Amino acid sequence: MAEPTRPLLEVKDLSVTFPQGSGDVRAVRGISYQINEGEFLGIVGESGSGKSVSSLAVMGLLPTTAQVTGEIWFDGRPLLQLNDRELSRVRGKEISIIFQDPLSALTPVYTVGDQIAEALRLHDRALTKQAAEARAVELLGIVGIPDPKRRVKAFPHEFSGGMRQRAMIAMAIANNPRLIIADEPTTALDVTIQAQILEVLEEAKRITGAAVSLITHDLGVVAGHADRVAVMYAGKLVELGSTEQVFTEPTMPYTIGLLRSVPNILTAGTERLVPLEGRPPSLAALPAGCPFAARCPIAIDECREIEPALISYDPADATHTAACHRGAEITNGELVRSEIFPRPEALVDDEIAESTEKVLEVKELKRHFPLMRGAVFRRRVGTVRAVDGISFDLRPGSTLALVGESGCGKSTTILEIMELVAPQEGSITVDGRDVSKLSRAERLALRKDIQIVFQDPMAAVDPRLPVSEVIAEPLLVHKVPKAERDAKVAELLELVGLDPSMADRFPHEFSGGQRQRIGIARALATDPRILVLDEPVSALDVSIQAGVINLLEDLKVRLGLSLLFVAHDLAVVRQIADEVAVMYLGRIVEQGPISDVFREPRHPYTQALISAAPIPDPAIERARERVLLQGDLPSPTSEFAGCRFRSRCPLYRLLPPDAQALCQSEDPELARHDGAPARVEVACHHVERNTLAA
Amino acid sequence: MSLSETLLAEEPDAALEPELTPAEQGRRKPLSRGGLIWRRLRSTPRFWVGVGLFAFLVAWAYLGPLVYPYGPDDRDIYNMGMGPTMMHWFGTDSIGMDIYAQTISGLQKSLVIGLVAGPLSTLIAAIVGSVAGYLGGIVDKSIAWVIDLLLVLPSFFLLVLLSPIFTQLSWVFLTLFLSIFSWMIMAQVVRSQTRSLKNREFVKAARFMGMSTPQIIAKHIIPNIASLLIIDATLGVAAMILSETSLSFFGFGVKPPAVSLGTLLSDGTGAALTRPWLFVFPAAVLIVLLFAISLIGDAFRDAVDPTSGANRG
Repeated sequence: MAEPTRPLLEVKDLSVTFPQGSGDVRAVRGISYQINEGEFLGIVGESGSGKSVSSLAVMGLLPTTAQVTGEIWFDGRPLLQLNDRELSRVRGKEISIIFQDPLSALTPVYTVGDQIAEALRLHDRALTKQAAEARAVELLGIVGIPDPKRRVKAFPHEFSGGMRQRAMIAMAIANNPRLIIADEPTTALDVTIQAQILEVLEEAKRITGAAVSLITHDLGVVAGHADRVAVMYAGKLVELGSTEQVFTEPTMPYTIGLLRSVPNILTAGTERLVPLEGRPPSLAALPAGCPFAARCPIAIDECREIEPALISYDPADATHTAACHRGAEITNGELVRSEIFPRPEALVDDEIAESTEKVLEVKELKRHFPLMRGAVFRRRVGTVRAVDGISFDLRPGSTLALVGESGCGKSTTILEIMELVAPQEGSITVDGRDVSKLSRAERLALRKDIQIVFQDPMAAVDPRLPVSEVIAEPLLVHKVPKAERDAKVAELLELVGLDPSMADRFPHEFSGGQRQRIGIARALATDPRILVLDEPVSALDVSIQAGVINLLEDLKVRLGLSLLFVAHDLAVVRQIADEVAVMYLGRIVEQGPISDVFREPRHPYTQALISAAPIPDPAIERARERVLLQGDLPSPTSEFAGCRFRSRCPLYRLLPPDAQALCQSEDPELARHDGAPARVEVACHHVERNTLAA
Repeated sequence: MSLSETLLAEEPDAALEPELTPAEQGRRKPLSRGGLIWRRLRSTPRFWVGVGLFAFLVAWAYLGPLVYPYGPDDRDIYNMGMGPTMMHWFGTDSIGMDIYAQTISGLQKSLVIGLVAGPLSTLIAAIVGSVAGYLGGIVDKSIAWVIDLLLVLPSFFLLVLLSPIFTQLSWVFLTLFLSIFSWMIMAQVVRSQTRSLKNREFVKAARFMGMSTPQIIAKHIIPNIASLLIIDATLGVAAMILSETSLSFFGFGVKPPAVSLGTLLSDGTGAALTRPWLFVFPAAVLIVLLFAISLIGDAFRDAVDPTSGANRG
């Protein structure tokens, strides 16, 4: 067996290069790290930083075109020297991996149980079929899948995303591995499910005693779970240390900037975010020197010439290493961390007058989709109640956020508003005009006042048009003359912080953040009063998010916009919104001023959402008591008597039977409750009994 | 259809794209999609072979007659049924007509029919398919029904039935009928592409800014499936030439005195063994022509979609 001092996994000077016509892409450049037995290592980095590639190299799962150099030692064996057959014996048995997308990681034609049993029997030929199946049931139970005996016979498509990821974890721990590599295991999941999955991962780690290498872009996830953190940037490890060291005393300016740019649900809304300008260099054409130098405010000449090595700057503590020429100055306090990235000044926001004017008013909005079956005789088998009677209004100059898990109907709501036609039921009033009574010409004119920014900046602009045409499109629709259009495009580009000389470039020449700015510029072309934002930052890297959020805040103040904001990231919402409406299965369960709702959530669902949002601070994150939800979002096709949240409600389970009867029979309405701040409304029968968050 | 999926999905990898700094802007301009396709095409030998052969055939078809003493209708009664000689390069048939001159004339006709009918059927497919896919509902249903109907009816049989009509008129109508019966499969592809494009956010964005349906189709839908359409039009040229040849071969297409490669082949088959030059030369020209066009179309498809065909690894 291994000596106690030998690390479980030792990566030495690992480099991975993908040869390409236009220059080799050096995805990983000489990284070295170790994982000890039973350790939890978090590898943090933005997309393209090489964090996944380096872990795939450990598993030997890189495409054959990749050129891998360096050494990888796993428990005394050199993994890079093993052939595929020998490696297969290690993979899945001693090292297992959990992928980001559990749908594509499970084979759709076999049952989940068969796939787990297959993983078991591959590495243990002696195991009988029956024994393997019994073990599969047991494993599904361990990862918290309800009714595992029945579920073991289910196919992957019958599982929800969270359950699939649980099944993946079951498969990963099936052979009692010694190292589990989790590659962004929660990125595709909702925040409440993410909290559940991370708990399961901790549980799996506890049961098997395996070391875990968690790859993620989310600093909050790392803060709560990892023992040590490795930060990657442009194919290099730039900082490595214990979680406390990295979060409280970051040394590499990139880590410092990243930590300051992430919105924190506790402090958000009180101060401006600190954007980390620029973007990582191309891995195919790396500049000389430190790859971060171009974005680093404290870069000196040396940084642009010599790439710094990963070394320790604190003589007392060799475990915390960073790659920065000025690391010593940062460590001894000559350079103050909080002053490296100055916090931008906020524009003075005039207090929103408590006016009764409403730019947008939605009343009892409903949108049901029929669910049809049958190829020849199509018949209606059910109804998807995507939006089921919601009301809210948006006051001028304020920001309303709709939050909730995916499938709660928030996107359907805004798309329904954007149609500007009479909804199935209820009414939509924009600028005091009922949209159901508009003529064609009036509707076209009204479209100038309400514009939308989409989630995915790649998909939201036509890839074939130069940026000037993309932005001018709404003006073209409203027949604005050419000279005026060109002037407006230049003005808009300036407004969103892009260089007007870039107007004739094509969208793919811009980064994600810049493209989102293009989307915002296009939405602003007609000088709208209302801007609808559908998850505008969720597709962006963390360091880019802050810049876009700041831009939106500035625009709101400068142009007097009213924003209707849809998001699932509560920290982002807290940063930007004035009012919040929490949605669950097509209904609003709690709404009110965001500071009141977030400080003291009253609905059990809001409480669970807020407690599930990770906080990038290890001290707080580890001490937190979470309100965990049971299971997944029920299908919106199901019929409900009584409260729809009942099936997952943590409060419901604590209630005496007579109180539960009320939840079963009566659907709670949004209402004011005694002791709640003004304008906070909650749809729950038992607000007074709720002690979950206390 | 993997080709169409990648056409939609293919986006340059953002992570690998360099940041544009003001200093860089003057120096280099990253490739647009068109530029990228052209660069891939340029480095494909197949493409150049195809283009070379095709250019040669076109030049031959139109410059060849200028330097040859016989026309397609001329009869040399002293040299009937002769094999290839210095005087009659491809020989003559039983009534003394020059096969070389006739082959060139047939090639001209086949080229024109192919080059008109191929793109024309693609155009019909693009319009019908995108309208059906974008509008959806009852329009889509009825168009889909018409497409299915036309697909079920064998188009060759229909063309044979209709041949009395267009043989009376002229071969121009043959071209029209050929395209009218060959757009359906492509229209289906365009329709499904449009349906997925319709849900893309930039199309939604265009709708929410008040753009009308014809504008959206013309500005956002068609250009985004343009590469698909260009491939189809290229391969369509070959398919149309083949259809025309088959029809004429069976006597339902081009009628004498006009000649096409199909009529030549049909006249020559009876003598394929005894006087092979009647059959071999037109057949060889037809094969080379189809080969050249297929090479171009194939190279183009690979350039647009590197994961298909020859590049699949």
